[in-house]
Amino acid sequence: MNADLIVALPEITLLSLACLVLIVEAFSKDPLHLLTYWTAQASLIVVLALTVFYFPENAQIAFHGSFISDAMSTVLKAFMCGISFVVFLYSHEYLKEHKCLRGEYFVLGLFAVLGMMIMASAYSLLSVYLGLELLSLSLYAMVAMKRDSSSASEAAMKYFVLGALASGMLLYGISMIYGLTGSLQLLTIADTINVDAANRMYLVYGMIFMIIGIAFKLGAAPFHMWVPDVYQGAPTSVTLFISTAPKLAAFAMAMRVLVDGLLPLISDWQSILTILAVLSMAVGNIIAIAQTNIKRMLAYSTIAHVGYLFLGLIAGTASGFSGSMFYIISYALMSMGAFGMVILLGRHGFEADMLDDFKGLSDRSPWFAFVMLCLMFSMAGVPPFLGFWSKWFVLKELVASGFVELAGIAVVFSIIGVYYYLRIIKLMYFDKPDSMTALKSSKQMRLVLSVNGILILLLGLAPNMLMSLCLAALSG
Amino acid sequence: MITLPEVLSLAALLFCISVAGIFLNRKNVIILLMCIELMLLSVNMNFIAFSHFLGDIHGQIFVFFILTVAAAESAIGLAILVVMFRNKDTINVDALDSMKG
Repeated sequence: MNADLIVALPEITLLSLACLVLIVEAFSKDPLHLLTYWTAQASLIVVLALTVFYFPENAQIAFHGSFISDAMSTVLKAFMCGISFVVFLYSHEYLKEHKCLRGEYFVLGLFAVLGMMIMASAYSLLSVYLGLELLSLSLYAMVAMKRDSSSASEAAMKYFVLGALASGMLLYGISMIYGLTGSLQLLTIADTINVDAANRMYLVYGMIFMIIGIAFKLGAAPFHMWVPDVYQGAPTSVTLFISTAPKLAAFAMAMRVLVDGLLPLISDWQSILTILAVLSMAVGNIIAIAQTNIKRMLAYSTIAHVGYLFLGLIAGTASGFSGSMFYIISYALMSMGAFGMVILLGRHGFEADMLDDFKGLSDRSPWFAFVMLCLMFSMAGVPPFLGFWSKWFVLKELVASGFVELAGIAVVFSIIGVYYYLRIIKLMYFDKPDSMTALKSSKQMRLVLSVNGILILLLGLAPNMLMSLCLAALSG
Repeated sequence: MITLPEVLSLAALLFCISVAGIFLNRKNVIILLMCIELMLLSVNMNFIAFSHFLGDIHGQIFVFFILTVAAAESAIGLAILVVMFRNKDTINVDALDSMKG
């Protein structure tokens, strides 16, 4: 029993610290909620340190096979904590500036991080479900936190209904798989699954529902309807959060369910994911061209990126999976920077969420125009930025597994996608600004955002470090 | 004696009704919440049936968790509904259309 608690120590610590932050918040009278904010940030640092400190040599399974701590979960958890730390920093800036700062944001954020960590470590369908719900319920509340905003409440309602529908689908799939295998443990399912012709049909029936649930959570087409509305309607700080760390958790969920649990059905889920990937890349890259709102445009870009993420899973090899992991980590870093820029440009009463708000940024602030240039080139997949390597690794593995046509389609769509990223660069460098208002933000925000942008460039110049980390995480 | 396929068919039927309810309903957001509850309950039925016929207790334990999470979920759903009503003065599904593109 004691050994079980050590395996889940980061999660248990985070739960206790999140409760502590809740109590601190309840007694706080500070309008800036600085104590809540710093306790929340300190909690993330402590959990990050614990996660790295207890890096497991080999996979450790606890709680009667419901929980696993392995290299993949540890690496993902470390990134979740690190990314959430930066997200909280940007968010504090945004919430302060837009006068909607509430301590609950950080409490809910910590609980969402806990949900993500449980998803990364889930080894039975029950813990997958509970982690997912902890994450989703926190996010629904965060989207609705700006109580006087009509669009935020509408976005929250859409997110809630479609998210609940997705959970229902996922649960229905889980119930079918449970009925056919007699177990909820992913390890037992993988070992005892009976893939005879007669049984296979029912298994695939259950699996399709589970994939629908996963696709909803990741925002893959044709289950992407909520993504643009939620990204646009939610306060930018919440959009920033939704588009970064939870994507890592959704990737972990896909890996756990499809690879750890349902690997015997790989040929079936490969073909389903192929359809989802092609649709996502098409819908994301083409509809993004028509957008005028940058949050909505980045939402469609997310959908497209999810399509590329699936390509690594379709490759079906350990190196393909690590390509996907590399992709989702680099996507989270880029998305964090891009929404960070939207927050940087905004000020009280002005969201800066239209593409035109980026006009002439190079005249107003050459440095941040350059940071945005790095981020956009990276998202478009231009070498030597990080985003190029993520696409490169995924496509390389896809071709190595023999899916040459699919890789060709992916390249075509990524060329289409370059257009709307370059449009932002054109707006920043070749158009005249509407107003020369100086950027208003704190030193730490500027510093961290600059580091964020430079990191994209540096990791792009030396991609092997992150790639070997991902390969090591999935080789076990 | 009720057989497993009969229970599963009933659960599948309830599941279909709830999904259809979510997509067809254009009047009232509360009906959406009811459909979501119905969906979770039909899944519960699946779990209980499997648990009974497999002679395995895990399915019933799962049901307890689903029930608990469903309660938390409807609490949040109703809270969002109240926020929405305050902002829009309606809980009509058709009112959820201010964002397009």
